[in-house]
Amino acid sequence: MKHYIPPQLTRLALAFAIFITLFLVLRNFLVPDTFGEYGHYRGASLIENEQPEIHYSGQQACFECHRDIEDLKAQDVHSEIHCETCHGPGQKHVISSKATDILKPSSREFCGSCHVMNAAKSKNAVIQVDLKEHNIGKNCTECHNPHQPWEMKK
Amino acid sequence: MGNEKINSSRRKFLKSAVAIAGATIGYQVLKSSPVLISAAEPKDESLPWYGIVIDIQKCIGCGSCAKACKNENDVPVEPFFFRTWIEQYTVKNDGSVDIVSPNGGIDGFEQRVPDEDIFKSFFVPKMCNHCAKSPCEQVCPVGATFLSPEGVVLIDEKYCIGCRYCVQACPYGCRFIHPVKKVANKCTLCYHRLKKNLAPACMEVCPTGARMYGNLRDKNSELVKFLKEHTTHVLRPNLNTGAKLYYNALSSEVR
Repeated sequence: MKHYIPPQLTRLALAFAIFITLFLVLRNFLVPDTFGEYGHYRGASLIENEQPEIHYSGQQACFECHRDIEDLKAQDVHSEIHCETCHGPGQKHVISSKATDILKPSSREFCGSCHVMNAAKSKNAVIQVDLKEHNIGKNCTECHNPHQPWEMKK
Repeated sequence: MGNEKINSSRRKFLKSAVAIAGATIGYQVLKSSPVLISAAEPKDESLPWYGIVIDIQKCIGCGSCAKACKNENDVPVEPFFFRTWIEQYTVKNDGSVDIVSPNGGIDGFEQRVPDEDIFKSFFVPKMCNHCAKSPCEQVCPVGATFLSPEGVVLIDEKYCIGCRYCVQACPYGCRFIHPVKKVANKCTLCYHRLKKNLAPACMEVCPTGARMYGNLRDKNSELVKFLKEHTTHVLRPNLNTGAKLYYNALSSEVR
């Protein structure tokens, strides 16, 4: 007794087989190597996201050379503020040690970015100075030591 | 006659046995390839699961965070590309709300509402919420944006096709298309710094400690302690994004 398979079914099966094989082959070439390693993304992308260079070194790197400033700063109200808040990104300076690779801001506008008066600042958070009245024409660092703002220079 | 019947049923049995075996092997082969069957997120307990706290009462709107972020991550300087920025909300006595963010707060704020009209005013620093169920990740057609095992939403710049779906999907407006690279860009919680045990740049420079990050899995961490002791809110909780950026003292005017 011979089984009879209709020819249209045979052709359909063949078409399916070709389609599936083609799909698997194409997929093999199109999907990146590490795709799906951890989830629906390229696993290698995690490593790539770690690659960029840092620009801010973190204040521990500053204190390795500037121990004296660490002690100075610890005694006054700026103790909680990290070096790079004012001095800008320091990694370049950490590597080169050149004074030109770090910022030393002293302008009224710079100090004002924190200390300018604004109704949105809570009174306890920061001392607010009216820049239009307070010692006009002088830079802040002429009187204040930025690392110890209450030790006035006289 | 009898023999033929036995042979026929044996043949049938063998055929179906081979078919089942083939199907099983085929299934196993496909299963081992993690793409076809969607891979589950790894629940690696040894890795931290990052969350963020921003204390609105502490923010003084100095713009250090926005400036540092641009320096650290080479964000274009044009005033409409930000990974983090500060908004100033001013609620007036008549109930209307004035919201400003000049250059993301980098150049400071000038109160334009006269003092006598102000009911209250406060700063709201904004950044990526690193949602656990992020809409941006769900709409990406190519799997170029994803939640890392540490709970940080990252972008695969090599794989992104720049279609802008994610920019529209983010309910917090935290994404933009990089004008040079032409791919999506956003806060990575300074993933490259976290991996070196350094704080994200915005948190490194914040003078008042208004920003905090930490491991939500570690029940003894500073962050979890803060969350326990304060009443915190996430932005747009109705959208169920699983945001992991918690605001302390968040006013209902904030959108």
